[in-house]
Amino acid sequence: MEAAAAAVTGLNDDDERRALTPLERVQRTLHKYPALGPLIVLIVLAATFSLIAPDRFLKPFNLSLIISQVTVVGTLAIGQTIIILTAGVDLSVGAIAVFASIVMANVNVSWGVPGVLALILGFAFGTGCGLLNGWLITRFRMPPFIVTLGTLSIFFALDLYVSGSATVRGTDMDPILVLPGQVIEFLGTRFTLGSIGMLVAYGIMMYLLRFTAWGRHIFAVGDEPESARLSGVRTDRLLLSVYGAAGLLYALGAWFLLGRINAASPQALESANLETITAVVIGGTSLFGGRGGVLGTLFGAIIVGTAVNGLTIAGFDPLWQRFAIGVLVIVAVGMDQWIRRVGK
Amino acid sequence: MTGTAPQPILQARDLVKSYGRVVALDHAEFDLYPGEVLGVIGDNGAGKSTLIKCFSGAVIPDSGEILMDGSPVHFQTPNDAKAAGIETVYQTLAVCPALDIATNLFLGRERRLPGFRGSILRMLDLDGMREDARNELSKLGLLTIQDMSQAVETLSGGQRQGVAVARAAAFGSRVIVMDEPTAALGVKESGKVLQLIRDVRDRGLPVILISHNMPHVFDVADRIHIHRLGRRAAVVTPSTHTMAEAVAIMTGAITVEPVTDAHGHAA
Repeated sequence: MEAAAAAVTGLNDDDERRALTPLERVQRTLHKYPALGPLIVLIVLAATFSLIAPDRFLKPFNLSLIISQVTVVGTLAIGQTIIILTAGVDLSVGAIAVFASIVMANVNVSWGVPGVLALILGFAFGTGCGLLNGWLITRFRMPPFIVTLGTLSIFFALDLYVSGSATVRGTDMDPILVLPGQVIEFLGTRFTLGSIGMLVAYGIMMYLLRFTAWGRHIFAVGDEPESARLSGVRTDRLLLSVYGAAGLLYALGAWFLLGRINAASPQALESANLETITAVVIGGTSLFGGRGGVLGTLFGAIIVGTAVNGLTIAGFDPLWQRFAIGVLVIVAVGMDQWIRRVGK
Repeated sequence: MTGTAPQPILQARDLVKSYGRVVALDHAEFDLYPGEVLGVIGDNGAGKSTLIKCFSGAVIPDSGEILMDGSPVHFQTPNDAKAAGIETVYQTLAVCPALDIATNLFLGRERRLPGFRGSILRMLDLDGMREDARNELSKLGLLTIQDMSQAVETLSGGQRQGVAVARAAAFGSRVIVMDEPTAALGVKESGKVLQLIRDVRDRGLPVILISHNMPHVFDVADRIHIHRLGRRAAVVTPSTHTMAEAVAIMTGAITVEPVTDAHGHAA
């Protein structure tokens, strides 16, 4: 809040602007801290469910369950976030993650490749799929929406081909492939290794976005690609690296998926595209690129998980879960439109 | 700096650039001498922007050559021009409005922390860059901004211009190019930018000033390059020609013999 106040005092005398109204101060603050809005929504949501069902919602076990339930989508949403920050979008996220999980499982079970090697191959395939998206987008100047719509179908078809439309059971795999499903009990909570891995991945990406040139360039390219180029950012190379990094994160999500459902299925993650975009948007990252961040996405994913969990506990029909998420998305995009008008 | 004809710091010889059937540069010539403010004027579509984009590396000419200190240079990207010491303030400012002032100032040439954190963790020297950004802005005396972490889009037009000029002045070691720096500004802010141009020149950096605003050009320029139909129509000085004459040359009402030498440059 202090920093926001300093921002306000910094804008004066040169053009003798009027003082900001309280509403504009709120707008400036949300503009500066994009994760603040979703954090408030999350707190309000959690407080509401705590009042409705205090004996069941606000229990360590239930709260850790929410984290476990959002682990896979939450991990995939990191990749989706950095792509949306560049003003792109990735519709192929689910298909790539399933592809990576099938490669990991089938290479291990059908070909007898050691678990660690199968895992590395899965990560290589995930990254490769991401790089392919990035290459098509930068090399042929095609919109990310169209490229990833195309690769969504292509990768899904390959998922079916490689897996033979069959599910591989977790019990047949090398234990390392389902390791993220391992549960750790701690003070009444039950976290999986996968959820801890997701939180670590968020921490690393927050660091990269905030403290490295690569991260700053992601925001610059998403905000004004031409300005970034004229400032010396190699925009195409940056985009390629972002789509590659997203592919790597999808493979990480694929590994967590193997642990979570204890199987590799070509039918998994059917709605992951929309779920990751939902988490990113509720998390306050602008679909127009250049503003937002992964912390907001983490809150966004947990907001969705909390809404689903709380409404279930409160005894609402599941249809209201979808209704609530729809309302949250609309409100989040409306907020973004308002926040982006700052200074105009 | 002695002698009757100093070496131009930046030259263009026989520069040609066409976009399809539109010829933007038609065998254009250009000379910039050390320590001068060179105004560049011309009607819309005369090719001024294309000419200066060749100097800033944003456009690659089809033929002809660009020389710095008499030696040919070949700019393929904006980074090549920056590396040669040419900084450009674009009309669009080329800033990222959602990013903060310090990030914009150092965009594309961020500085990392020394030691392990910089080399292994790739950690940027955010505090140091913010401090330098503050110094650059206060050096120009143009701004009253205190918070270097505030987004550029929260600034006024003049302040944004100041950020773009500060970036050029901070990193430009040989030449500063300014494309319509006063176009979006009010009277008071324009005055500050013109003073800024003189300050930069007095620090020894030559400035190329592209502008439609004749009074501004005649106010600060030592020489004026008049561009017409993709080539240099004339070079005049504010002391030898009036604004009306310059406009007449610019629109073709007066024709001038092709300039083959740097007539009238302020030596």
